[in-house]
Amino acid sequence: PEYSKFTQQELPACKPILTPKWVVSVFFLVGVVFVPVGVVSLLAAQDVVEIIDRYDHACVPPNMTDNKLAYIKNDTISKECTRILTVTKEMKQPIYVYYQLDNFYQNHRRYVKSRNDAQLRDYKKSNTTTSCDPERFTADGKPIVPCGLIAWSLFNDTYSFTRGKENLTVNKKDISWKSDREHKFAKNVYPSNFQNGALIGGKKLNSSIPLSEQEDLIVWMRTAALPTFRKLYGRIYVDLKANDTITVRLSNNYNTYSFGGKKKLVLSTATWLGGKNDFLGFAYLIVGGLCIFLAFAFTLLYLIKPRLVAFELRSITVK
Amino acid sequence: MARVRRRLEKLKLSTLYSFALCAKGSTEDHSKIGTAGFSRVVYVNDPDRHEEEGFRYPRNEVSTTKYSLVTFVPKSLFEQFRRVANFYFLVSGILTLTPLAPYSAVSALLPLSVVITATMLKEGVEDWRRKQQDIELNNRIVKVHRGNGSFEETKWKYIKIGDVIKVEKDNFFPADLILLSSNYPDGICYVETMNLDGETNLKIKQALEVTSDLQEDGDFTNLRQIIKCEDPNANLYSFVGTMDYKGMRHPLSPQQLLLRDSKLRNTDYIYGAVIFTGHDTKVMQNATEPPSKRSKIEKKMDYIIYLLLCSLLGIALLGSVFFGIWTKADLRNGELKRWYLRPDDSTVFYDPKRAPLASFCHLLTALMLYNYFIPISLYISIEMVKILQAVFINQDIDMYDEESDKPTHARTSNLNEELGQVDTILSDKTGTLTCNMMEFIKCSIAGTAYGQSVTEVEKAMALRKGVPLGDEIEAGGHKEKQIEESPHVKGFNLKDPRIMDGNWIHEPNKDVIRDFFRLLAICHTCIPEVDETDKVSYEAESPDEAAFVIAARELGFEFYKRTQTSIVIRERDPNQNVADYQYRKYELLNVLEFSSSRRRMSVIVKEPEPEGRILLFSKGADSVMFTRLAPDGRKFEEETKRHINEYSDSGLRTLVLAYRVLDEKEYENFAEKFRTAKISGSADRDEQIGEAADSIERDLILLGATAVEDKLQKGVPECIDKLAQAGIKIWVLTGDKMETAINIGFACSLLRQGMTQIIIALEAPDIIALEKNGDKDSIAKASKQSVMGQIEDGIKQVPTLGQSSTESFALIIDGKSLTYALEDDVKFKFLDLAVKCASVICCRSSPKQKALVTRLVKHSDKVTLAIGDGANDVGMLQEADIGVGISGVEGMQAVMASDIAIAQFRFLERLLLVHGHWCYRRISVMICYFFYKNVTFGVTIFLYEAFASFSGKPAYNDWFLSLYNVFFTSLPVIALGVFDQDVSSRLCLQFKTLH
Repeated sequence: PEYSKFTQQELPACKPILTPKWVVSVFFLVGVVFVPVGVVSLLAAQDVVEIIDRYDHACVPPNMTDNKLAYIKNDTISKECTRILTVTKEMKQPIYVYYQLDNFYQNHRRYVKSRNDAQLRDYKKSNTTTSCDPERFTADGKPIVPCGLIAWSLFNDTYSFTRGKENLTVNKKDISWKSDREHKFAKNVYPSNFQNGALIGGKKLNSSIPLSEQEDLIVWMRTAALPTFRKLYGRIYVDLKANDTITVRLSNNYNTYSFGGKKKLVLSTATWLGGKNDFLGFAYLIVGGLCIFLAFAFTLLYLIKPRLVAFELRSITVK
Repeated sequence: MARVRRRLEKLKLSTLYSFALCAKGSTEDHSKIGTAGFSRVVYVNDPDRHEEEGFRYPRNEVSTTKYSLVTFVPKSLFEQFRRVANFYFLVSGILTLTPLAPYSAVSALLPLSVVITATMLKEGVEDWRRKQQDIELNNRIVKVHRGNGSFEETKWKYIKIGDVIKVEKDNFFPADLILLSSNYPDGICYVETMNLDGETNLKIKQALEVTSDLQEDGDFTNLRQIIKCEDPNANLYSFVGTMDYKGMRHPLSPQQLLLRDSKLRNTDYIYGAVIFTGHDTKVMQNATEPPSKRSKIEKKMDYIIYLLLCSLLGIALLGSVFFGIWTKADLRNGELKRWYLRPDDSTVFYDPKRAPLASFCHLLTALMLYNYFIPISLYISIEMVKILQAVFINQDIDMYDEESDKPTHARTSNLNEELGQVDTILSDKTGTLTCNMMEFIKCSIAGTAYGQSVTEVEKAMALRKGVPLGDEIEAGGHKEKQIEESPHVKGFNLKDPRIMDGNWIHEPNKDVIRDFFRLLAICHTCIPEVDETDKVSYEAESPDEAAFVIAARELGFEFYKRTQTSIVIRERDPNQNVADYQYRKYELLNVLEFSSSRRRMSVIVKEPEPEGRILLFSKGADSVMFTRLAPDGRKFEEETKRHINEYSDSGLRTLVLAYRVLDEKEYENFAEKFRTAKISGSADRDEQIGEAADSIERDLILLGATAVEDKLQKGVPECIDKLAQAGIKIWVLTGDKMETAINIGFACSLLRQGMTQIIIALEAPDIIALEKNGDKDSIAKASKQSVMGQIEDGIKQVPTLGQSSTESFALIIDGKSLTYALEDDVKFKFLDLAVKCASVICCRSSPKQKALVTRLVKHSDKVTLAIGDGANDVGMLQEADIGVGISGVEGMQAVMASDIAIAQFRFLERLLLVHGHWCYRRISVMICYFFYKNVTFGVTIFLYEAFASFSGKPAYNDWFLSLYNVFFTSLPVIALGVFDQDVSSRLCLQFKTLH
């Protein structure tokens, strides 16, 4: 064998020895960096103004609160409902309108798999409905486009907003991912035989509008990972001032009562950090704070009860 | 060379040997020929006839490969899926093809197939190498008779039963042969059977008298014989057969059988008839699959995998129960709960009406989903890491022996990490600790000690005492004149100006000195070879003998020529230094050779005229020789004994030399007795010969003693010292006698002054007395009793663990006692004692005992490493957790059986302390890392399930999931496994306790 540093395993290497100084300074450094980052992101999250309104309960007529299921299933009862929201702080446009569902398992395996992407992408494949069970065909055997449980259970509550007399238009353009619109949902695929069965799931689709423009469907079909999720409904390009009252007209069509899910309407602004989320800021703050605390604790420990590190010991004994 | 051959041809060596050539064949076995188990019929020199007669014999082609082209795929696949993890992945892979799968089938099967293919490729390459070896072996050339007395060179694989073949010197026998004749007129030949039983001494085989005159190629033209013999079997030491030749039936015994893989030595050529070929040969019948060794970590890993499998099952069950409950709740009294899942129109997997079934199906899904707990690529990654580690071990320049150009070679890479856990080293002595090179280093003649060289032991002792090495420790006190360095003669290291260069003539006891050296030159069984330049070299049965003859040569008494009846010695005239030789021809009358029970050898010669005396020269172990001295032959007894003790203390092998003058009448008496004993066919023939010899080997006159050093290998004492500091126990298992073993023990610092030696031996007088009576049962009983007693005494001596002991103990046990100590009821006591001792030496142990001892040590759950170089160590090497072979001089047998081959014993230190430490740490850290990453990954999947109502929806993309293990996370782990060093090699060696 020939000699080389590699084959003899003598490549230079460094292995940090954890001396007290090292440990303390590393902890301190981490703390010093993390705390400001935490503060900044927490402040950013604080800037976000969010209005959350749970309406699934309130929109049930008082005489039917004991039997919400009957209420939602009864088509003859009007589902119109009005909610008054007060803006707590000034909200700069754009204001995002979300609906939030609770206890809704969009991540259930049966649910997630129940779709056919090829069908949505390619009009020639509108007959392929594999894996769409049990929403593949209509009762008379015609293929459903878009097939599957996901599309079938499309969310169908609607909202409209007014401030005083002023109508706040909800812009529903571009609420879905651009890539979804361009690649996953084709421009020349139109809904057909949709929601024709005995059991109507959710919203019906206008069969003259191609799928790529059915943005509510596109948003809905990007299934949520967790059972509590928000989905974008639209944007309002109007600044709202504090103490403005907003009237929401909504039609409470979607059945969350059978599985005890909540429905919420969310109005929110966004910052550079996204929506309202304190977690990141707190995480930074806590870790940073802990580091600084440990740095101090170790310093104290080191000052009160110093202990020699092995290699220092050796150098002493060698001397 | 031609001259030598002619001279050798005249030798009828069989008359020289009195003990070795005993026709042992008994007639009763031969009656079985032709019955079941003894059905083989061989038509010698007529190989084609076997088929005509309907006998089907295998070809001589051997194959040791595990797979063939056809069986490779199914067989290796089967091997693969015997691993728990792989089998699990196969089952889950198949399940992914069903709708149960939480992810696509391809993404699950691809990594599995990658892993399997990689492992199979590795197997394939290994098998291909074996195939190459077989091909090499099968294509060796041997001369085969092809009719009309012409011998053609043929490949081994084309040899057929019944062929007559001619094997030349130093070649291996291609098949099992019946010896027909050799270049010696009496048809004897020397065979080295090291590959079979590990014994290095040469064995003598002799052809039947009726065939031994087939001396020339042409004699075989019309030869027709029929050999009937036993069927192929694995017994190396028995053979029964008959040969029909010239109308007569002759019995055949193992004495005529030459086994495949043994080697022809000291004989120019032999003719033999092939009787067993290929896999029928005894050696192939004996071949056992080398036991596959698995390291402890691997075993532990299996436990972890089982544990993971259990936890996997656990969480899968938990998930299934929840899933079942929730699924059932989806449909109650026709009411849909989670209506968006359409529980009213469901498949069996989600059907609330059949919730238990759905729950069970979910269990299968979950098992697939959570298989990220089991690291699929663990095995292959570990294998890769180990191979790379082995490459590094092979590359280590500090373990490369420049002399023999041999680097360390890790043959099986799967034991690297075991090196770091070695607790007990079982070492062979000869060739491992020592070079198996004898050097004549000192002698004591007529009560005066000669020889000033320093032995290894003395060096070691001086080193320990801290005395600087110099001339002052020389006992002789002679101011050594700076003799110009004469070229070192192998086997001779006597430095003393008093007797060298013919100066002995000026010593007071010159007559004794002369006789001493003459004895050295005569009393042996070596065969000289004179080359063109008149230089003599010797072929000896043992290196000791060679050392003696060489010493005699160097001192001017050159053993020059051996004929049937005489030995010629070329003496240099001590007065003139010029090459003026005097030839003395001794008439050789008898040779009473060495045997382990006699422990001495003698020759009886007649001196040349004018003296014409009949002399008996004898050499032997001190214990037997001193008792045989004549009252007037004990002149130097005291001094000689003292010297012998000194020599033994310095780790030398000693022999006592003595002679006796016989008068004619006495000799004739003896010769008569000896002859009658020799030709008598009775059962006690050996005994009679022994008695005859015994009667003449008495009343000897002491000449002196020799001391031969068994040279230690380089760096052995230091290495042992360091290993001992690392807390490794070292056992030496040797075939040598106890004294030698103890000497060597001192030499290589295994034994130290101040150590208490516990010696277990069977030399108590009552047992010896019993042995004479010959009642086997009572001997065994008494011996066992004695061994038991001694072991118990030993245990009492050694303080129990709690007590602090300042002195350390060494256990020395001899082979006979070992036999009893290894019996089932005693062995754990023995182990108990042995474990408490710092070093253990087992003397006179057979290869089988070596293996048994190894197995015993393994019982104590300690990692054992066996190191050896000879074929006799093979059993030990295979039995031990790690077998280290020394690729030295004693052939490749040990290396083939070993897991790691090194060139020198001292490399063991670096191998264990540095590489062992690294590999162990690396592998363990790597395995932990592996399980860590898989468990973390698996847990995230499980936690996500809780948020997806345990429906079996994976949290990650299919391909991400499956590539996570195989590609994304395996490289850093492998790098860790290959390169990580917690401490540098220097520190490893400095702080041995790290081991």
